[in-house]
Amino acid sequence: MPLENANFLVVEDSPTMRQLISFSLKRFKNAKIIEAVDGVDALKKLSGPDKIDLILTDINMPVMDGLKLVSLVRQNAQLKAIPIIIITTEGAEEDRERGLALGANAYISKPIQSSHLIKTISELLAV
Amino acid sequence: MNEESRAEKFLELFNKGKEFTEELLRENQRLRYRLAASETEGASREEVERLRAEVAQLTDENRRIATRYKEVEEENKDFAHRYVEIEEQNNNLANLYVASYQLHSTLDFREVITIVQEIVINLIGAESFAILLLDEKTNELKAIASEGADVMPGVEGVSARLGDGILGQVAKTGESYYINQDVEGGKVTLDKPLAAVPLKIKEHVIGLIVIYKLLQQKDSFSAVDYELFSLLAAHAATAIFSSKLYSQSERKLNTIQSFLDLLTTN
Repeated sequence: MPLENANFLVVEDSPTMRQLISFSLKRFKNAKIIEAVDGVDALKKLSGPDKIDLILTDINMPVMDGLKLVSLVRQNAQLKAIPIIIITTEGAEEDRERGLALGANAYISKPIQSSHLIKTISELLAV
Repeated sequence: MNEESRAEKFLELFNKGKEFTEELLRENQRLRYRLAASETEGASREEVERLRAEVAQLTDENRRIATRYKEVEEENKDFAHRYVEIEEQNNNLANLYVASYQLHSTLDFREVITIVQEIVINLIGAESFAILLLDEKTNELKAIASEGADVMPGVEGVSARLGDGILGQVAKTGESYYINQDVEGGKVTLDKPLAAVPLKIKEHVIGLIVIYKLLQQKDSFSAVDYELFSLLAAHAATAIFSSKLYSQSERKLNTIQSFLDLLTTN
């Protein structure tokens, strides 16, 4: 998958974090960044016209949390192949294991380092 | 001597001369060969000398190139190191840009406080903290927002008098406080936090951000955190102050408007 022209879905209830992640994603040429405020909003955006190449999601969000979103995406035949990165303040090892066990491809603890995020995305999209 | 014996003698003499001449020619040939050989040997020596000089020159060149290679290698290492540093700085600048953009994106006081909280959690990596504002009439610092009461009970009610204790001193002097875990044993209490950073507009302190516990994955503050934290606190201070002023003026405006409405309707 090319790193250019990728469509990213950023699922995060904090506008500051959404903007911060989106700002980092602008490093990818012609990246399209679609934002969602929670899991339910994310599922709506995933069924929209834009084909999403990668999902970045927080865990703690109102309405539907990130773990539920990961689980639902992995159960959906059309969406299950999309790589997912969890970005969260939950840094405990058991949280990481739970996120990865549900089907997330990577787990990044906040505060995030932009370079680490870019490297992780590059590795996931450069398959 | 008759003619015949004279002829034989002459022939003998001629033959000797011939032999001698042939001998001379052979010697000449041999000498010429030796000379040529000597000349060739001489040329080889020169060539060897020349090659030796060339080898010495090339060895020098090689040594010089090896030295330069090492220098370039060191420079590359230095560049790689600087690249990482610049990456880190870019990251911090991006964080600062986004944070200040968000802080100044609204004039709603509660919204500004929420943004400050988001920044402290997501950018500083704090799990338990409080935002205190200074009441200039009573000279008292009071918590107006907090997080992490489960790990630091009482954080929601933190208060201090200006000049009293660590918090009061930070507010009075305007100097940030960071606990020295090596000296102080790292024990954090409500009065002795991990960090206390003044919310300053120029030299005027309007409050504090007090941190009691960092997120599990963040062991300690990094060198750049101190700088970032101070810069964020400066932006937070202006945003909090202007939103507070705005809400006060809005309230006053509403009161005046209501008063004017009352006057005009009567």
